Amino acid sequence: MSLPVNGDTVSDWMTRFAASMAEHREELVQLDTAIGDGDHGTNMDRGMRKALEKLGAAEQADAGAVLKTVAMALISSVGGAAGPLYGTLLLQMGTALEGKDDVDLETYTAAWRKGVEGVQARGKAEPRDKTMVDALLPALQALEQASDLESGLQDAASAAERGMLDTIPLIARKGRASYLGERSKDHQDPGATSTYYLCQTAAETLAS
Amino acid sequence: MKKLINTPDDVLRDALQGVEAAHGDRLRVSYDPSYVVRADAPVQGKVGLVSGGGSGHEPMHGGFVGPGMLDAACPGEVFTSPTPDQMQAATQAVDGGAGVLHIVKNYTGDVMNFDMAADLTRADGVEVEAVVTNDDVAVQDSLYTAGRRGVGITVVLEKIAGGAAEGRRSLQDVAALARRVNANGRSMGMALTPCITPASGNPSFELAEDEVEIGIGIHGEPGRFREKIGPASQIAERLMTPVIEDLPFSSGDRVLAFVNGMGGTPLIELYVMYNEVAKIASAHGLTIERNLIGNYITSLEMAGCSITLLKLDDEMVRYWDAPVNTPGLRWGA
Repeated sequence: MSLPVNGDTVSDWMTRFAASMAEHREELVQLDTAIGDGDHGTNMDRGMRKALEKLGAAEQADAGAVLKTVAMALISSVGGAAGPLYGTLLLQMGTALEGKDDVDLETYTAAWRKGVEGVQARGKAEPRDKTMVDALLPALQALEQASDLESGLQDAASAAERGMLDTIPLIARKGRASYLGERSKDHQDPGATSTYYLCQTAAETLAS
Repeated sequence: MKKLINTPDDVLRDALQGVEAAHGDRLRVSYDPSYVVRADAPVQGKVGLVSGGGSGHEPMHGGFVGPGMLDAACPGEVFTSPTPDQMQAATQAVDGGAGVLHIVKNYTGDVMNFDMAADLTRADGVEVEAVVTNDDVAVQDSLYTAGRRGVGITVVLEKIAGGAAEGRRSLQDVAALARRVNANGRSMGMALTPCITPASGNPSFELAEDEVEIGIGIHGEPGRFREKIGPASQIAERLMTPVIEDLPFSSGDRVLAFVNGMGGTPLIELYVMYNEVAKIASAHGLTIERNLIGNYITSLEMAGCSITLLKLDDEMVRYWDAPVNTPGLRWGA
């Protein structure tokens, strides 16, 4: 039986995502050093630590308010492309879930759709550009095809993982990795990797 | 990693405190959110110029804040874009009622963060224009990449636009002039050695002892190709030829030639390079009317250089020559 999506469980999700960013900081730095500028792990870890501080200071809140608090913390502390992109993802999701608690699969999926659309509008990335979109879109599609929240979240995490692995042979067309051209092949995209961890921690928290 | 730092996490803050200690008479430093601003900001009736970007390129941008150049600069972490809240606060701090121009280098993070900041600031009722620099000819296939990177022309543009703003030109005029500078400027860089960010502690790429990377970006992004190191004359040719062919610069053009050090190159080598640049320019019939030689847009301790050419017109020369008084560039003041 899945847990309800509410302020407490979404806070728990964000806490686990922060722990995941700390745990995988070096891995993300190494992936980003190969095809980017090597700061993705450091920036996400710093941003999520900041977000937890803000969450700790905030009043009891609904799922939407929690996500918006995290989004604003990321926008103002991450920098790079990841700040605006993760900030936009969670801000759009948070706005869609505002004032709602114990949301169902349909509402939750709609919030994800808003978030993914926001990321694409901000970053202008298409599928197979070797970005976080390559993990996000499959995750969204898995949710859209799910029959219940628990299996939907687990399917979304698996789909994000496949999307992440599928970035390995791609040539980057967005972001700093795009300057490498052919040399960006055979590397896993760091943004798609952190997105997988976001989906994985969502499944761990809300489908446990 | 051997660096003159206390801890990697405190590099930016410690450096900003150093800037404040050194230049507190003419600059103010804000720490949360962080930006450097002219002490007399906002200057009423003057267009405010705000730039910013990742740190590690000093003196750009904080060293170019002062009369005749930038009104404020927003430093990000090393090689990481600053954030919209910094840009929003800096924009408000320099708004003297004539609007604010954002000068943005074309990197995915910088563009996205400045976009968000412009949205926020317009909502506050400030008139904001943005100019994006993208002068790096090393990026050939702009369609399938994030586009050309903003490099050396940014320094020249900040000086010329700063002169125009100081001369009380309108936001539209300053923005149009800035875009013309970017459109008529081209750059290309090369590296002898990589650089090490304090947070990672490791070189950004590997280069053999006898190899150079031609077309390097200012964060160690790869260039067009690697080759065995040759004489300065050959390296100058490798950089000048794509720059000249790209605009194209043609015989009779008046140009500004900017030979920039990447941070770890002695000035004597930059003058050796300038000598080669002047010879090549002359062979193409270009007249170097103005020049700039030194470390102005750097890449931490990277050794190497970049060459920027700007096709000049009278208005650009006038504002290039106008007085400037900043920690990084100073003349006529």
